[in-house]
Amino acid sequence: MNIIFLLIGCSLFLALGFLGAFIWTVKSGQMDDDYTPSVRILFEDKPITGDANTIPVNSEKK
Amino acid sequence: MVAETVNIVVGTTCFHCGDKLPKASILFDDKSFCCQGCQGVYELLAGNNMCDYYSLTDTPGLTRKNPISSVKFAYLEDAEIEKQLLDYKDAKQAKISLHIPTMHCSSCIWLLESLYKLEKGISFSRVDFLKKQLTITYQVQHTSLRKIVELLSTLGYEPSLSLSHLEETKVQVNNKKLLYQLGVAGFSFGNIMLISFPEYFGLDSSSTASFSPLFGYLNMALAIPVFLYSAQGYFISAYQSLRKKIINIDFPLALGILVMFLRSSYEVISHSGIGFFDTLAGLVFFLLIGKWIQQRTFDTLSFERDYKSYFPVAVSLLKEGKELTVPVTKLKVGDRMLIRHQEIVPADAILLNGEAKIDFSFVTGESLPIEKVLGEVVYAGGRQIGAVIELEVCKPVSQSYLTQLWNSEHFAKDRKSQIITFQSIVSKYFTIALIAIALSAGIFWLLFDPTKSLAAFSAVLIIACPCALALSSPFALGNGLTMLGRAKFYLKSPEIIEQMAKIDHIVFDKTGTITQAAEASIQFVGDALTEDEWKAVYAIANNSIHPLSKKIANHLMPNYANKWGVLQFKELGGKGVSANINGIITMLGSATFLGLTGFEPNADQLSSYVGIQLNGQYKGFFKITHAYRAGLKEVIAELGSKRMSLISGDNDAEKTRLQQFFPLGTELHFHQSPSEKLLFINNLKANGAQVAMVGDGLNDAGALKAANLGISVSEDTANFSPSSDIIMDASVFTRLAKFFVYAKDTMRVIHMSFVISLLYNIVGLSFAVTGTMSPIVAAILMPLSSVSVISFTTLGTWLYAKRRGLFKGIAYN
Repeated sequence: MNIIFLLIGCSLFLALGFLGAFIWTVKSGQMDDDYTPSVRILFEDKPITGDANTIPVNSEKK
Repeated sequence: MVAETVNIVVGTTCFHCGDKLPKASILFDDKSFCCQGCQGVYELLAGNNMCDYYSLTDTPGLTRKNPISSVKFAYLEDAEIEKQLLDYKDAKQAKISLHIPTMHCSSCIWLLESLYKLEKGISFSRVDFLKKQLTITYQVQHTSLRKIVELLSTLGYEPSLSLSHLEETKVQVNNKKLLYQLGVAGFSFGNIMLISFPEYFGLDSSSTASFSPLFGYLNMALAIPVFLYSAQGYFISAYQSLRKKIINIDFPLALGILVMFLRSSYEVISHSGIGFFDTLAGLVFFLLIGKWIQQRTFDTLSFERDYKSYFPVAVSLLKEGKELTVPVTKLKVGDRMLIRHQEIVPADAILLNGEAKIDFSFVTGESLPIEKVLGEVVYAGGRQIGAVIELEVCKPVSQSYLTQLWNSEHFAKDRKSQIITFQSIVSKYFTIALIAIALSAGIFWLLFDPTKSLAAFSAVLIIACPCALALSSPFALGNGLTMLGRAKFYLKSPEIIEQMAKIDHIVFDKTGTITQAAEASIQFVGDALTEDEWKAVYAIANNSIHPLSKKIANHLMPNYANKWGVLQFKELGGKGVSANINGIITMLGSATFLGLTGFEPNADQLSSYVGIQLNGQYKGFFKITHAYRAGLKEVIAELGSKRMSLISGDNDAEKTRLQQFFPLGTELHFHQSPSEKLLFINNLKANGAQVAMVGDGLNDAGALKAANLGISVSEDTANFSPSSDIIMDASVFTRLAKFFVYAKDTMRVIHMSFVISLLYNIVGLSFAVTGTMSPIVAAILMPLSSVSVISFTTLGTWLYAKRRGLFKGIAYN
């Protein structure tokens, strides 16, 4: 039955990993807005036709 | 999401904003528009291949009928102001978060996040829909803050800029802390449960000896962060309320958590048991979930409660004959500032020039403008109505009357603290009963079997820890608020529902409330006027705050909109206005105001009449027929069990017709000034009535604030009156009675859930007082009661909302 000590150690270690992951998601702001992403995912990016507009790259820099 | 929908719309409504088309509508690109502004926005979007905006939602636009002055945002060029508003700036790029009250649908999200297609300097924009917040990152060389704000305003998404913006960051931090606490509690709860399982299912005696101590210490180690970190808020709150000599629900909670932790630790260390660590972690976890739900409903509303949002950011100064804009915070004593029509005086100042008519409704609730003489002190917070005035600052902003008022206890005390909630009453008696039972159980066992005494005492405190009780109110009220919000009935805070359920007397305002401002039909009878004369009439009507003038201005807007200067502007409350506009002495008002008789025929009781007099010559009159809101009769019939009154600033011309709507014996008061309305409400309250005031928030701000519940009916929910507790979209006026019934339903759900949680407590207590409670009983009862109360309240409030038909015909997008 001594294997239980190891198993408990493993499970706690794993759970701590998840806790760490959760803290990371909160810290990086993923929990700040839980509504807009559900709408945003439905938008389509259409290729631009007609007169060519200059489009800056849509990227965020810290 | 089909692009084809774009091509088929030539109808009776504006393609952009969905407003009814006026006679002189604009046809452009096979689509009809109500005004230049709407067409302009369409042209801009179509030119940039952004017609997706119109295919995501039908008529998503916001009406652009009111043009924005070109200098309105000039102050954003000031480096000082920019610095205060920006979140971040370096040589290349800058970042700003803007609050945009008008965002309302998925098309809005799409357009606001596609801003980079319209303005080349914007590199990134992101929406937080629930907070109505837009974050923009832009290239400093290519664009400026002013340009961005102007672009947003042209599109109909004017951001609300104010200094209060700076104080918002604090809330964010708190919110994150709660999430961390919740995470830690959830982590510990899960693992303690897992470790406790073998004990509950029974280990054989040989393994008990080797594992039990380990499991006990592990549980204790996992519970320590819950006790010290996650449950922190409850200890602090309990301590604070005890110091104020109040017992709130957090007190029995904190007591339960403390006793649980101490007894469990003792059991583990003395090897006499495994303790209640699982119950402890579970309890804190559920409580924090409740708090988090509360926080979320609060978050979406947080901005609208802020009075400081009304404080202007910048002000025009007059220096050496030149006009410049400076931030309000830089105002110095002795500065000369210019305040225009509808602008707020930011600091106490002395009137030097111009005709000051100051509306202090934000400060006092009295909306009848007060005239000030040259040399008199004008206090901060007043809103100038009429022509431009020049003032000399006599006190810096931080010391002025308004800021003092805002900071004073009296003003900071909002409705929330005035409502004695059902929960607070129950928790007081609950705590007293709990401590009495615990003590008597302890004393009883002390007399008969002293070994069981401490166990029974602590078991009572543990098992009766009112977790379910603490959860039922926030869940039911929060959910009720969300349901009502979906039905376009917006509450300032969840506690308002309790207040709503108590209302027994409803007072209605007439104009704009039970009559529909937009639907009134306007006819002009009289001589033909030249274009300039019409423009003068528009200019004067536009400067007046009277509802009838507003209707006339709206009526003339499509053809005669202008920004002519208005001199010698005089408004006689409820009677008429006069001014000199480009040399035309224009008078607009009732027959008595114009010194005439005859144009107000008494036979017709459905209409109001406004006469026009130009340069002393009577030209004719507007006949304004009020349209009562559809379904008014039904609403009043449904509200039948409550007492009702009507107060109106208008004449009693419609009295007989109104009497048909209201039950016999209803008090109808006419010719009421704003202060008389306020007095009326206070009299009702003094007679013990719980009064709800339903108004439009324009000339009844005082009454709205004085009433136990102020409901403002708004055609445009982005505009609201700071004195109201509830903003109701005018389109759901017919459901007013249903909302009141629903508030009572919500309270019923709370009462029932209190009974449920008390039943659980009684079952638990019967174990506890005998001194034979095993940890497994607590471990089952606590989560079971919490989960059943949460699901009961959530389901109950939702079912009632369905049953009352709150969402009939309302698309949720």
